[in-house]
Amino acid sequence: MIKHEKFETNSIILLVGILLTVAIGGLVEIVPLFTIGETIEKVEGVRPLSPLELAGRNIYIAEGCYNCHSQQIRPFRDEVERYGHYSLAAESIYDHPFQWGSKRTGPDLARVGGKYSNDWQAAHLIDPRSVVPESIMPTYAHLSEQPLELPNIADHLKALSIVGVPYTDEMIKDAAADLAAQATPDADTEAFLQRYPKAAIGDLDGDPARITKMDAIIAYLQSLGRMVDFTTYRPELGDSKAEGGQ
Amino acid sequence: MSLTRADGMPSYNERIVRMFTLAAMFWGVVGFTVGVVIAFQLAFPALNLGLEWTSFGRLRPLHTSAVIFAFGGNVLLGTSLYVVQRTCRTALFGGPLFAEFLFWGYQLFIVLAASGYVLGITEGMEYAEPEWYTDLWLTIVWVVYLLIFLGTLMKRKEPHIYVANWFYLAFIVTIAMLHIGRNLSMPVSFFGTKSYSLFPGVQDAMLQWWYGHNAVGFFLTAGFLAIMYYFVPKQAGRPVYSYRLSIVHFWSLIFLYIWAGPHHLNYTALPDWTQSLGMVFSVMLWMPSWGGMINGLMTLSGAWDKLRTDPILRFLVTSVGFYGMSTFEGPVMSIKAVNSLSHYTDWTIGHVHSGALGWVAFVSFGAIYYLVPALWKRQRLYSLRLVEWHFWVATFGIVLYIVSMWISGIMQGLMWRAYDSLGFLQYSFVETVAAMHPYYVVRGFGGVLFLIGSLIMTYNLIRTIRGDVRDERAIGSTGAVPARA
Repeated sequence: MIKHEKFETNSIILLVGILLTVAIGGLVEIVPLFTIGETIEKVEGVRPLSPLELAGRNIYIAEGCYNCHSQQIRPFRDEVERYGHYSLAAESIYDHPFQWGSKRTGPDLARVGGKYSNDWQAAHLIDPRSVVPESIMPTYAHLSEQPLELPNIADHLKALSIVGVPYTDEMIKDAAADLAAQATPDADTEAFLQRYPKAAIGDLDGDPARITKMDAIIAYLQSLGRMVDFTTYRPELGDSKAEGGQ
Repeated sequence: MSLTRADGMPSYNERIVRMFTLAAMFWGVVGFTVGVVIAFQLAFPALNLGLEWTSFGRLRPLHTSAVIFAFGGNVLLGTSLYVVQRTCRTALFGGPLFAEFLFWGYQLFIVLAASGYVLGITEGMEYAEPEWYTDLWLTIVWVVYLLIFLGTLMKRKEPHIYVANWFYLAFIVTIAMLHIGRNLSMPVSFFGTKSYSLFPGVQDAMLQWWYGHNAVGFFLTAGFLAIMYYFVPKQAGRPVYSYRLSIVHFWSLIFLYIWAGPHHLNYTALPDWTQSLGMVFSVMLWMPSWGGMINGLMTLSGAWDKLRTDPILRFLVTSVGFYGMSTFEGPVMSIKAVNSLSHYTDWTIGHVHSGALGWVAFVSFGAIYYLVPALWKRQRLYSLRLVEWHFWVATFGIVLYIVSMWISGIMQGLMWRAYDSLGFLQYSFVETVAAMHPYYVVRGFGGVLFLIGSLIMTYNLIRTIRGDVRDERAIGSTGAVPARA
């Protein structure tokens, strides 16, 4: 039996004792999550964000949207009916950091993509109460006034590829061009859409003349929750290519 | 730096404690004010002012960081340097140079973090929002803090390390571990502010609440329990109730707390076993928490009558009461069935504030009221009557805050899951938002009262520092009593 006197008469022993005691819980809960990477099953359709969507996500973070909006639908009847299919681990596999949130002062946004038109999103962000009178959301008119200036967008993709997001060399090289192509009406987006399927393209913010922060945030919002095709995905089978004859 | 004064006592560095005390009061008022502003923004969205720098999303991290790291942090740093010198009977390791660096370095961290939020520079991780360069700076400052504290412990003149110092040390080293672990990130460039977390989705979520919950556990709990273990016995004039209970609850608290993080992720895409582990340990955590509460409250054995006459002691004891209440509520909310209702609602906000206002702020107020006359060598506070006013105004504010958030949180949780007789969801989301309005107003007024209390305190402390003594009747007596010698 160790006498407690040892700890309270030697500050180094106390320090080491504390460190060991507080390390255990974290090690047990965190380390396995890195060794079971295979059990977070890959799901077809989940792709890295396009450069414009990534820029939008960074605006989402900068504005602190996560303080009021979650992006994590729990597997309850009412949540699934209100927001859509419950969130899969695979759907945030390329998120650095995660944005699941912890509070719903506003609704969950995990599957807001495609629910509203680009025009609605722009009008709502500029003045939320013009479309939802009871809303208590701040106005984000400045997003449509400020041009999106990201000369180093390729560096962002590169940084993310270092931490594990599978951006290819081609994606990184063409990042600036892809960013412009996504928000420019009538741009040649064939190669872009090959790289980033289902991305919202065209003039997103109602201002075709230039690319604004509003273009970026709308591109991001429209991407949320749309990558997995839940008409064919069967999570209970643990297989994204389930037989069609369900 | 082991200079001794003429009377044989070591010459403690009290200047640095005075600076931390003043900084704590300043940031406290700032943090409470921002809290009041954002509370009313939720009731009246026009208060976002239509400016990008003043929206709720940017000010909320400013509020949380200002109250946790600026107010709470300065209280912890200041009291720890006071307590460690006295209980070790030696001056601070590293001398005035290290201490001054710690003070100004920590204030710089606060300013870097706060200015970033307003400008939209954030990592987007709750309570760990500062970007990579601010994180690196805090790491340097924190290492110096550990050196000062540990160095002082090592050159102590007392054979035993006092229990408050165990808690301070656990707070310092665990926060270092959490801060570094959570903030591992990849900067986009060395000249830019942006970085990306090293961890993706699920793992990042786990890291976040390992960090976030233990910021509560070690910053807002262990550190403030250290304050309790020094200042409650001092103010009550009684020894700590049970030495054995101190040992048991110290080790079990720091062991169990670390596991509890996943209860923030119940029913998410985090693996189920991790969620359940987090829930079970959260429930177990109830025991050491109440062990600490009992040890604090029972220290008043034989001195309960002082509660009637000493409003400073009342702050300290009430804080321990709130600690007991919120550490009971927490385990309840971590249970999955309860959490399915409470998560994402204002109930969580109410819970946090019963701990933050009732426990953390009240125990800090008690300690500061104790410290200011001692540090500035005044015979007593300017006015104990004003302390009593502060106590009641703030307590009433907390009650308004907690009760309104209980009602709004539980109500909104129930509205989200309500079905009508035809089997459709009964309420649209925005109907549940509209229903929150009256409770947001009440909560805002609760915050105003709490802020007013802190302004009364600031006034009282300024007069005390100036050397004024208000001629007043002692509390609990009828005749005028001279200031204590």
